[in-house]
Amino acid sequence: MAIKLYGAPASNATLRAKACLAEKGIEYEFVHVDMSKQEHKSPEFLSRNPFGQVPAFEEGDLKLFESRAITQYLAHTYADKGSDLIIKDPKKMAILAVWIEVESQKFEPASSKLVWELVYKAMFGMTTDEAVVEGNEKKLEQVLDVYESRLSQSKYLGGESFTLADLHHLPNMKYLVGTKTKRLFDARPHVSAWAADILSRPAWVKATTA
Amino acid sequence: MATPPVKVYGPALSTAVSRVLVCLLEKDVPFQLVPVSMAKLEHKKPDYIKMQPFGQVPAFQDEDITLFESRAICRYIAEKYPNKGTAGLFGTNPLVKASIDQWLEAESQSFNPPSSVLTFQLVFASRMKLKQDEALIKQNEAKLVKVLDVYENRLESSRYLAGDEFTFADLSHLPNTQYLVDKTDRAELFTSRKNVSRWWSEISTRTAWKKVVEMQNA
Repeated sequence: MAIKLYGAPASNATLRAKACLAEKGIEYEFVHVDMSKQEHKSPEFLSRNPFGQVPAFEEGDLKLFESRAITQYLAHTYADKGSDLIIKDPKKMAILAVWIEVESQKFEPASSKLVWELVYKAMFGMTTDEAVVEGNEKKLEQVLDVYESRLSQSKYLGGESFTLADLHHLPNMKYLVGTKTKRLFDARPHVSAWAADILSRPAWVKATTA
Repeated sequence: MATPPVKVYGPALSTAVSRVLVCLLEKDVPFQLVPVSMAKLEHKKPDYIKMQPFGQVPAFQDEDITLFESRAICRYIAEKYPNKGTAGLFGTNPLVKASIDQWLEAESQSFNPPSSVLTFQLVFASRMKLKQDEALIKQNEAKLVKVLDVYENRLESSRYLAGDEFTFADLSHLPNTQYLVDKTDRAELFTSRKNVSRWWSEISTRTAWKKVVEMQNA
């Protein structure tokens, strides 16, 4: 059944879904939602994502929104295709689920605000709020300190292999290493090595250059 | 009776702890609630940090496994005890699972942030003798209103968020909503919306949640 991904090329959430499709080696049609023309607020698009956000996903009759729900659907449904992004062993999967939540609850809030201030605002000709940057860098540092400790005991965040727990970080991390926030990653050796490793994965490179 | 192997660390008053408690009660899984005195900073002590590296509640143990993050703990409980208590909290087939995950992500990304700020500002700030931030309250109320408008529309054609059955996507909303409806003057955010109000009535009067509220008010 044909898969369609509706999104915007620079959107971090869209990139999250694209990363997963690339890791799984799944063919799909990318439908560009032109946000500059408010296409994400059109009645047609709102029927795909009632929050008026990208991305949205379609496979036959299944329609989904929220990038992390899309990736989890793909990882479970296509478990036998491409890279293994989840773990079959129930106890190891439980640990993986913890770190998926950590990205969602801890890394995402601070990092997405930094991406907005340091990257997207410039794209829209808006001014960075340095106080917001400072506050969120402090929050991000606390998260990265925990990651530094975790990654000194575990090769990847979710366990010994690359999984969704790592993949979900890719879009915000890609943007942040192009900003002054990169120094926060560089200052932590295990975090730095992990970041370099996952950002150089062929599937991610493909998803961000296509 | 032998001590249950399942241990939840943290006070029932904590929204995240209560999310785990209601899940255990829905699944009929016996557990021990281990008090953690946050006033005495027990959650920042080395022994606790070993279980929860961010120094937050809850932490969770079941035999040899230690977990944190309430939504991950709930997934584990539902996965380990599929046939106990309320079935299908996370869905029994891939399409239903996907719908539940979708609305659970909506809760995590869109509902939780503003409702958590409002719960903290309107309920906990004064309890902790902290000054309320009016600008923050206004900003987050505006965000929450937009989310509830989406829910109002969704619940017009769906009994629960993910479909016709009560699932974890609904359950995850219980902790913050309980505080906002019961302990603040902002209840009307929920009660003035016909479908949201109907949904809230149904999910908040479930036996398991009523037990958690009793534990919070004890």
